[in-house]
Amino acid sequence: MITINQIIKHYDKTKVLDNVTTTIPQGGITSIIGANGAGKSTLLSIIGRLLPADAGQIHVANMDVATTDSDKLAKYISILRQENQFNNRLTVQELVGFGRYPYTKGRLTTEDQQKIAQSLAFLNLTELSHRYLDELSGGQRQRAYVAMVLCQDTDYLLLDEPLNNLDMKHAVIMMKLLRKAADELGKTIILVIHDINFASIYSDHILAMKKGQLCYQGKPVDIMQSAILEDIFDTPVTIKQIDSQLIALYY
Amino acid sequence: MKSHYLLFAFIGLIGLSVTSLFIGVSQVTLTTLWSDPDMRDIFFITRVPRTIALLLAGAAMGVAGLIMQLLTQNRFVEPSLAGTTQSASLGLLVVMVLAPAAPIMVKMVIASLFAMVGTILFMYLLRRIVLKSSLIVPLVGMMLSAVISAITVFAAMYFDLLQSLGAWVNGDFSGILQGRYELLWIVGVFTLLAYWIADSFTVAGMGREFAINLGLNYRRVMFMGLTVIAMVSGIVIVVVGALPFLGLIIPNLISLMIGDNTRHTIPWICLCGSSLVVICDIIGRLICYPFEIPASVILGVIGAIIFLFLLIKQPQHAKR
Repeated sequence: MITINQIIKHYDKTKVLDNVTTTIPQGGITSIIGANGAGKSTLLSIIGRLLPADAGQIHVANMDVATTDSDKLAKYISILRQENQFNNRLTVQELVGFGRYPYTKGRLTTEDQQKIAQSLAFLNLTELSHRYLDELSGGQRQRAYVAMVLCQDTDYLLLDEPLNNLDMKHAVIMMKLLRKAADELGKTIILVIHDINFASIYSDHILAMKKGQLCYQGKPVDIMQSAILEDIFDTPVTIKQIDSQLIALYY
Repeated sequence: MKSHYLLFAFIGLIGLSVTSLFIGVSQVTLTTLWSDPDMRDIFFITRVPRTIALLLAGAAMGVAGLIMQLLTQNRFVEPSLAGTTQSASLGLLVVMVLAPAAPIMVKMVIASLFAMVGTILFMYLLRRIVLKSSLIVPLVGMMLSAVISAITVFAAMYFDLLQSLGAWVNGDFSGILQGRYELLWIVGVFTLLAYWIADSFTVAGMGREFAINLGLNYRRVMFMGLTVIAMVSGIVIVVVGALPFLGLIIPNLISLMIGDNTRHTIPWICLCGSSLVVICDIIGRLICYPFEIPASVILGVIGAIIFLFLLIKQPQHAKR
């Protein structure tokens, strides 16, 4: 369980998070939605200790993220930001292997090798495992990064817009894989996601943010209502039920 | 398979070292070495120390360049393009002015301290720069280097030390004698230390957010990396002098060939860095025999050509 208690964050003088308080239950996929600049990524970064909060506390599995040792937290929580362009020429396998760094500090055991192979297989990367990252397409590289955080084998996975750079087909594959990770591996996955319909179809919980505040939260059924979405995104939205899925039309 | 190549490279380096041992004005050969005590003295007092110095300085400067590239996440920096080497020279000059008779140990410590401050200044400037294209970073480094050397040259002229400073800071192995190179073993120790924690440098090279996610103590690794860079640059400048481009071209060439997993690349960088310096020194000794051209001059020529090649052939991943 992740408890978020009265988090406040400013960038210079602009308030980007205004007293956010909630709890994210164990298991399943929780999606954070909201307009640009609503504070979604900032909230995710603070949960993942990439940014300090100005006030408030966050506990992940009863550990305060601001005070617990970073290398201890790395075994419980992993975070992947949306821009992961780095210059290192690593192969996919080497990158995924660094997911084991919190446990091994780089000296991989046979057990680690197994975990690496599993993560590669889980994301269908086995054939690409000896390719360098800079030889891959954007979608393949994105999958490699997700394989790395999966290999980190943490209970909590925070992903900031994992569908970025992915086409229709690969976006669907990615969401199905995340669903599988939640269902089969029992991971608690928290996403920042722009595509409201992906959030509706694949998540268990939705947190909706507007101007730094958490305005609505609940199951997709509760959030996928035109009044709520119009309030969050400030644009006309119609909701249609298609094959028992709630789809937002805003085009 | 790769370990085979490494073995070949190692044998090649031994061949180069043996060549280096038997080149010089005095005709030292295996027979004279056995029969003539003077030749034995020449061999053990000058030739052996010189060759060891070449090997240690080459390996260490290559690794220092690699660490700097990882910590700045930019492929086109190295100690002499980031103000580090120039700061070390300034430190050396300060010792020469304030305490000309200071032992070499003091010179080394002060030069390393200055190198540290110069590198931190460079890192600080990088943080302040918003536009971090891959070529802006080395440009900033070159400007900082130019400013620091300008200060150094001005001060050296003022104190009438320009010539002696030049003699210190030009990378020249001809003055290496037994008793005057042993500090370089410290550089070897720092290189081994860097290899020991190689994986932390790889992770740091992935950037701050990746590093924090993996639980790396980013500040500590940054500090250890800066220490290695500063100590290596400081000691090499005091004992040998500047070795331009070495830290830039060797890590880049190795990265093109076998990637960037530091644990695999450091042995290669050491072997190739040492080989390149030995080759440059041998060329410098032979090109207008019996006179010598400093290895750093040869290195500057070869290095600049390879640097241009790297810039033109710049791979996609370094262009960002």
